[in-house]
Amino acid sequence: MGILLGRQTRVLVQGLTGREGSFHAQQMIAYGTKVVAGVTPGKGGGTHLEVPIFDTVAGAVAATGAEASCIFVPAAFAGDAICEAAEAGVPLIVCITEGIPTADMIRACAYVKARGARLVGPNCPGLLTVGEAKMGIIPPQIAKPGVVGMVSRSGTLTYEAADLLSRAGLGLTTIVGIGGDPVLGTRFADVLPLFEADPATRAIVLIGEIGGTDEEAAAALVPQLSKPVVGFVGGRSAPEGKRMGHAGAIVSGNLGTAASKVAALEAVGVAVPLTLAEIPGCVAKALG
Amino acid sequence: MKIHEYQGKQIFARYGVPIPKGQVAATVDEVVAAAEAVGYPCVVKAQVHVGGRGKAGGVKLAADAAAARGAGEAILGMDIKGLTVQQVLVEEAIGIAAEYYLGITLDRANQRNVLIVSAAGGIDIEEVAAKTPEKVLRVPIDPAFGLLPHQITAALYAAGIDAAAIREATRFIKLLDQAYRDIDASLAEINPLVLTTDGRVVAADAKINIDDNALFRHKELAALSEDALTDPLEIEAHRRGLQFVRLEAANLAGAAPAVGVIGNGAGLVMGTLDEVTRVGAPHGIGPANFLDIGGGARAEVVRNALELVVSNPDVRGVFINIFGGITRCDEVAKGILEATGALDLQVPLVIRLTGTNEDEGRRILAEQSSYQPYTDFGAAAAKIVELVAAA
Repeated sequence: MGILLGRQTRVLVQGLTGREGSFHAQQMIAYGTKVVAGVTPGKGGGTHLEVPIFDTVAGAVAATGAEASCIFVPAAFAGDAICEAAEAGVPLIVCITEGIPTADMIRACAYVKARGARLVGPNCPGLLTVGEAKMGIIPPQIAKPGVVGMVSRSGTLTYEAADLLSRAGLGLTTIVGIGGDPVLGTRFADVLPLFEADPATRAIVLIGEIGGTDEEAAAALVPQLSKPVVGFVGGRSAPEGKRMGHAGAIVSGNLGTAASKVAALEAVGVAVPLTLAEIPGCVAKALG
Repeated sequence: MKIHEYQGKQIFARYGVPIPKGQVAATVDEVVAAAEAVGYPCVVKAQVHVGGRGKAGGVKLAADAAAARGAGEAILGMDIKGLTVQQVLVEEAIGIAAEYYLGITLDRANQRNVLIVSAAGGIDIEEVAAKTPEKVLRVPIDPAFGLLPHQITAALYAAGIDAAAIREATRFIKLLDQAYRDIDASLAEINPLVLTTDGRVVAADAKINIDDNALFRHKELAALSEDALTDPLEIEAHRRGLQFVRLEAANLAGAAPAVGVIGNGAGLVMGTLDEVTRVGAPHGIGPANFLDIGGGARAEVVRNALELVVSNPDVRGVFINIFGGITRCDEVAKGILEATGALDLQVPLVIRLTGTNEDEGRRILAEQSSYQPYTDFGAAAAKIVELVAAA
């Protein structure tokens, strides 16, 4: 069992019958994930990929005991899909959808919190518990089992870094893609204590980028951890006021700069290499 | 997405927020006509998406038609921080008794919107907050209950807003809050809110940013999105549906923006810009753009992206950096062949290709072109810098 997801976790997929949902649910099942239900309003009673389909999340949970939901619903409806999952008592919700309006996410985050659920995402690649299960779109071939827990705001940088760590023989435990939006269900500071408590994880790699202050908030937690943290911050060369692809990757005035994040991390002893290629070396060195 | 002051004021006006009488003008003759219509004295204000236009000479007072003509001639076409002024707003001049700041924006750290109020209006609020934080009142807006009237009044009193303006300012904030929510803004700011010498309260400026993710439900605002772009390359990228940002020497510590960058995934593209910046610095070479083709991009998207990047005259070499996850390397390879076949590429191209269907992608390129893709990111970045430096 990883920090959030294991091979026994009963997963439902909201939007299973859609193009993206269908493709990635298939990959999730192929990796060994226990996908027990799909939800598509209007298609309840049928099956897709040999998985039973329900009209509502509540119906799916009642019939299958699903305890986690992976959301591939279009942006206009995804905020409400998150709320529906929380309302149905699903404790772990992973939302892959990109492009959800911020107002919808402010509401959804508050809604999820009030019901004691955990949301990962949106606009994220999801979760991979290496060798066990995945929720989302992380290509599993990039990660071999090992000792590093990774948490990241970027999909492809995660794949790149995980691949390097796997090739270096260090391998990974759990990868958490927290997403590239300004308002996220789970932030770095929420994930660090989970890795700290995970016996299989010996080191943590945190991949941040410009925008917001979540890396700085994470740095404030590092002194409380016994495990070494290695960081990376994307967007050192990004101009002020320009959105660099991710909705959340923007420097506003002097807020959210790479320099501020690197300084905060280095001040608490986190190595922040300039290139991804140096990450495995930094991890190996930190592990002694 | 940023919208212009005059567009923001049109939105305010719809909500009943008093604004100065004004007209937009794009030619000097229009400036004079607008000035005659609003009356003298009037103010001629550049409409550009950067701050500090006043300091740059983009705001001028005019007492008569000749002065209005002079202001129009001076401001239209002027360059403010790299942007050319194409429109001005001509407004009645208002007698200022006091200037305040009112704003609502997203507070990322607290995952909610926040009302910001200050009696120190008319200047950069970030500066005020940095130097005298006690002068800036912040009221977090509860996502479930919204902004409550008593919170507004309490903030205005605590901020030291003049008693004469409190009732109007309270009304303004309610309207601002309504507008902010209705149009999915990420920033709605009145700076300054002016208490006039004749006792009125007026929004002298309007700054509104709209959440790009919400444009799908605001067709009338989406129509302004192209208007918000000024760079022809960014306009073309917008038309092609590509995530593109142009970089300039000013962003690169003086290095030439010479390497066109294309990659999949915002993080990887940002990382690629950083790496090109790092290895290019000793040669005075930097990245020319950010271009994310996204996850699962098909050949057509790759072709579109490459065409756009090489249409930038600054570009002296192109670096395509693909780590295939959902994106398949064979699709990217097909796109590269289609594009290079159609384009007659005059600049060096370095391709880094690894991940899903990598072998198939390499085979396609090997059979139908002379490109030899790299596997290693660092080696590929060094190569494109070397080729551009040598050219």
